Amino acid sequence: MKLNSKIWPALAAFAIIAVVASVGCKKDNSKAFPPTNAVAGWEKTSETRTFAAKDLWQYVDGDAEQYLSAGVVSTSTSDYKFQGKLEATVDVHTMNDPGGAHKILANGQTKDAKTIALGDECVQYAQSIIFRKGNALVRIVAYESTPDAPQALLALAHGVEAKL
Amino acid sequence: MSSRRDFLKTTATGALILGAQSKLSLAAMGDKKAEAGKSKVVIARDAALHGSDGKLDEKRVRALLDRAIASYTGLDKPVEAWKKIMPVGQVIGIKVNGLGGKGISTHAELVMAICERLQQAGVKPGEIIVWDRSARDIQACGLTISTDSSRVRVFGSDVAGYEEQGVAYGTAANVKLAKILTRECAMVINVPILKDHELAGVTFSMKNMYGVVQRPFELHANGCNPAVADLNCIPAIREKVRFTIGDAMSSVYNGGPGFHPEHLWQPNALIVGEDRVAVDHTAWQMIEGKRAEVGMKTLEAVGRPARYIATAADKDHNLGFNDPQRIHLMEV
Repeated sequence: MKLNSKIWPALAAFAIIAVVASVGCKKDNSKAFPPTNAVAGWEKTSETRTFAAKDLWQYVDGDAEQYLSAGVVSTSTSDYKFQGKLEATVDVHTMNDPGGAHKILANGQTKDAKTIALGDECVQYAQSIIFRKGNALVRIVAYESTPDAPQALLALAHGVEAKL
Repeated sequence: MSSRRDFLKTTATGALILGAQSKLSLAAMGDKKAEAGKSKVVIARDAALHGSDGKLDEKRVRALLDRAIASYTGLDKPVEAWKKIMPVGQVIGIKVNGLGGKGISTHAELVMAICERLQQAGVKPGEIIVWDRSARDIQACGLTISTDSSRVRVFGSDVAGYEEQGVAYGTAANVKLAKILTRECAMVINVPILKDHELAGVTFSMKNMYGVVQRPFELHANGCNPAVADLNCIPAIREKVRFTIGDAMSSVYNGGPGFHPEHLWQPNALIVGEDRVAVDHTAWQMIEGKRAEVGMKTLEAVGRPARYIATAADKDHNLGFNDPQRIHLMEV
C-alpha cells in the first residue's frame, strides 16, 4: 500500500504529460485560416468547412482517393477574395505523417513549378501555391490568372503558414 | 450578369410543339450527310471564345451552340433543330457538373444559351430544371439557385433528395437515384465539363451520371470500370438522358477532376451527340491530344486509360460505339 501511494502521483503526472503531448501533436488545422484583413487585401468570404477522411468525397469526389491513399485525416477549406476581385480557395489537409503530405505535393508537378522558401517545402504556379509544414498540406488556388495573383497568393500562404 | 437574370425571368411565349419521341435520332432526321450505321459527333470550335480578359464571350458561346446543333441536325435554323427534341409539356432536365469548383465546372454561359434556345423552341421556363448534386456545385457553375416554378428552376439533389429504394445494374448495386431524374424530368440533356480524372482517366458524358446518385464514391473501384457503363444502363439513365452537349470550352488535361490551374487549357469547343459512348471516345482523344502536345504520357501509359468507354460499347451494355470506324465525326 505504501508503494502504491508513491506510484499513483507519478502515474498521474505521466498521464498528464502524455495528454498534453498528444494534444500538442494534433494541432487543429481548421484554425489555420486567417480572418479578413489579417493578410493585407484578403477577405475570408466563407465559413471554414471541415471534412473527416470518410466524408472527403463530399468535397472532392474522385480526387478523394489520392488523399486517402496518402493518409489524410481531415480536410478544412475556406474561400477568400483579394481586393474584392480575385477569388481563391484555401484547402488545409491534415495528413497522418509528413510523408503523405510530401507525396501529394510532389505528385503532378510541372516544369512551371517554382520552388519557394515556405514551410518545409513549397512550390508555386501562376494561379496556385502548395506547401507542406509537418503533416499539414496546404493548397491555395486562384480562379483567375492576374498579374498580381502570384504575389497575393504567396502573402496569403505566409498567413496560413504562420497559423499552423 | 444582367442577361443572366433576364434569362431566369423569361416567360414562355410560344405554344408547345412537336410530340414526344420515344427515341431520338436527330442526325438521321435532319441531316442528309449523316452516314448510315454510324454515330454522329460534332466538335464545334471557336478560338475567340475567351476574351482578352480570359472570360467567355456570351454571344460567341450562343453562336457556337447554334453552330453545333445546326451541324448535328443538318437544320440551318437552330430553333427548328431544338424543336425536334422537345417532349410536349414535359420537364427537361439539364444536368451540369460543378464538382470541380469555380475553376472547372460547366459554364453558366452555355447553360443559359441552352435554356434560351429551349424557350425559343416553345418550352416553358418552369419546364426546365438545371440541376446537380448540391447548391454548392450549382453555384460553382456560376448559376443562382431558383425554385420558382414560373421560371427556369435551378436547384440540387440536396434539396430534392434521392429515392429510398435502390436500383441496380451489374456492379452499380443499390444505387439511389436523384428524384429530380426519376420524378421530375421526362428527358435530360447532359451538359458535363471535360476533365482528366484521377481514377477513371477521363470524365465527360457517362461519368457525369455519378452526379445523379447518392453515394458516387461506391462506384470508384477498378478505375470506375465497369461501374460507369453499368450505371448508364440503369433504365432511368439510359432512357431519359438522351443528348450530350459537352462543355469543352475549358478543361484540365491532368490532375482532375479537381481544379488544377497548372493543367488548365482552353479547347474552346463543344462536343455534341446522342451516342454517349462516341461522345466520350471523342473527348478522350481530345485529352490525349493535349497531353501529347505538352509532352505528357498517355493515360494508358500512366495506368488509367478510360476503360469504361469500351465496356459501355460491348454487347452486354450496348450503349453506343467506341470504334472510330463507326463514329461520324464532324469538326466545324
